[in-house]
Amino acid sequence: MSNVASLMSANNFLANLQAGYPAFPVSPAAYFNSLRAAALERVNALTVPTTRDEEWRFTDISLLTKLAFQPAATSSNLHLAEIENFFITESHTRLVFIDGVYAAHLSQIDTVSGVFVANLASALITHATAIEAHFGQLAEFKNNVFSALNTAHMKDGALILLSRDTVVAQPIHVLQIATQKNGVSHPRCFIRAETGSQATIVEDYVSLQDEAYFTNTVSEISLADNAHVHHVRVQREGAQAFHIANCAVTLARGSNYQSVSVAMGARISRYNLNVLQAAEAGQCTVDGLALIGGRQLADTHTCIDHAQPYGISRQLHKCIVGGGAHAVFNGKIMVRQGAQRTDSQQTNRNLLLSNRAQVDTKPQLEIFADDVKCTHGATVSQLDGEEVFYLQSRGLSDMAARNLLTYAFGAEILERIPVPSLKRELEYAMLKQAGLEQTTLEIR
Amino acid sequence: MIVADSKVLLEVRGLCASVNGTEVLKGLDLTVRSGEVHAIMGPNGSGKSTFAKVLAGHKAYEVTGGSVLFQGQNLFTLEPEERARAGIFLAFQYPIEIPGVGNGQFLRLAYNTLQTQRGKEELDPLEFDDFVREKMKLLEMNPDFLDRSVNEGFSGGEKKRNEILQMAMLEPRLAILDETDSGLDIDALRIVAQGVNHLTNKDNATIMVTHYQRLLNYIVPDFVHVMEAGRITKSGGKELALELEARGYDWIESPIPTSSARIAA
Repeated sequence: MSNVASLMSANNFLANLQAGYPAFPVSPAAYFNSLRAAALERVNALTVPTTRDEEWRFTDISLLTKLAFQPAATSSNLHLAEIENFFITESHTRLVFIDGVYAAHLSQIDTVSGVFVANLASALITHATAIEAHFGQLAEFKNNVFSALNTAHMKDGALILLSRDTVVAQPIHVLQIATQKNGVSHPRCFIRAETGSQATIVEDYVSLQDEAYFTNTVSEISLADNAHVHHVRVQREGAQAFHIANCAVTLARGSNYQSVSVAMGARISRYNLNVLQAAEAGQCTVDGLALIGGRQLADTHTCIDHAQPYGISRQLHKCIVGGGAHAVFNGKIMVRQGAQRTDSQQTNRNLLLSNRAQVDTKPQLEIFADDVKCTHGATVSQLDGEEVFYLQSRGLSDMAARNLLTYAFGAEILERIPVPSLKRELEYAMLKQAGLEQTTLEIR
Repeated sequence: MIVADSKVLLEVRGLCASVNGTEVLKGLDLTVRSGEVHAIMGPNGSGKSTFAKVLAGHKAYEVTGGSVLFQGQNLFTLEPEERARAGIFLAFQYPIEIPGVGNGQFLRLAYNTLQTQRGKEELDPLEFDDFVREKMKLLEMNPDFLDRSVNEGFSGGEKKRNEILQMAMLEPRLAILDETDSGLDIDALRIVAQGVNHLTNKDNATIMVTHYQRLLNYIVPDFVHVMEAGRITKSGGKELALELEARGYDWIESPIPTSSARIAA
């Protein structure tokens, strides 16, 4: 396809996507309407990125833009029993969305003092002050067509407000379930953690079908002084899904954001995570694992922006790439002028399991302060022959040895998930993917 | 121990092997009977470690000639894991670190894999825990080593003890100890040797590959062989090791011209 033709097709894609929304839904919340209007304006002004855009150089989404999607129908008659296997044992609060639409009958909200968890649409008026202050302002949409699309067309979203000094012990589960063939949904998540509060939030994307669909999601997480948020993100979409995600996080003084993102589903997925250390002494840990095979493409773009002094960031991102799959990692660390005493470490390790597997990795350090400690490193490797031989010499077959080493490579990331049952489940999924479940290996 | 009329475990005849196109083993002969402890000594580059790895089935070493029978079976038809299951155990000179795999988990996987292959019952995690802790006492190992990743961050001595621990669990017919003494202080050497001595009996055999005589003070061999330029050039009893220690390797008359020996080294 020529460039011109692909551009036309891409713009048709945007027009088609929007054609499904005949009437602009008006909300009683004025601030919400104006945000949407601004986003819609940007959607109409922007175009879909192609590999000619630097930020999308390695990620060709023409496969997505060739397809037509319809907004998912709003009614869902799913029963609890059909989705129970996605639930997290430790979690007492669960927000379930079916194709981006809130499913109250499948959700469960444990009333804990100091915590407000609800679907966004129900709280736009009652919690206007808390929402309006940050919502739509963290995830930039002026130059991001997918973020703009989401903001303009979201049906609902997850809202989590943590009051001052509230500590929530159990993880809060936000479960996004895709059910409709050729459906498009715009899931949204907004989290505000007030001073000194603490919580673990699991953002989980799953599917009940294997046909093509499109999830275009945006999450915003705002941490006040000394707040501490654990953010676990699991992307286990269907095999033919397209998943594009933008997540923006801002850290106030002394706050701590720890995230683990796992990408194992979707035909093509892209995750943009931007973490802004907006005040002194912010801390973040940004870990990720992409585990893909077949013809999957998983792209993780992260940006950790050290805008103020004494910030700490740690990042370990790993990719396990089998078959003819393609992983992309772009890790930008920005240290702005004046962000002295920044302490940043970034590591990216990639394991290629076949000759056709591909990885593009681009660590990007931009440092404008002179008293900082920043390290980064990236490796791309295959399984080590000596390690395989060592295991074989102890009686493991060549295949079992390779699978065990692959599992171990990924387990280092999964170990960091602070929710034991979810960790076990993902470890099991990884074992299954690695073909290791038949062996006697017991997960710790 | 030399046992009268004991069975031949390993019979190596005219073994030749090369690595990256360079011939390292050049017609090696060796017979090991059950109950025996053999020491193979020799200067660096003489092919000792290559011999150990060829026996275990390392892919980087290409066998170019000769034969090896293990309990009457042609060893070269077996994959490394099949050799392990048949009862060959190699204690590595440089044990591999495997981050992310718990040592206890690994030990149990190896143990149960061999148990299954040998038609015996697997041990469940609790049973295995008792079993491995008992074996660890023999090597004066702290049970904490079960919770760490395989060999990761272990000192040289800890890695070697972990190797002998595996040997103790897997109960091989033929144990090959590749430079097990290197990098060990006297205490660690004593503990490792004590472990090995505890495990030797009339039904199994041990081949120790070593550069130094020191190890042989602790594990007393029945036979000492000198390896030079890819073959065994002299064999004798344990007193040969002392002679080697005192006089070095140069006094042994090599049937191979010195120049080619240098090239191989």
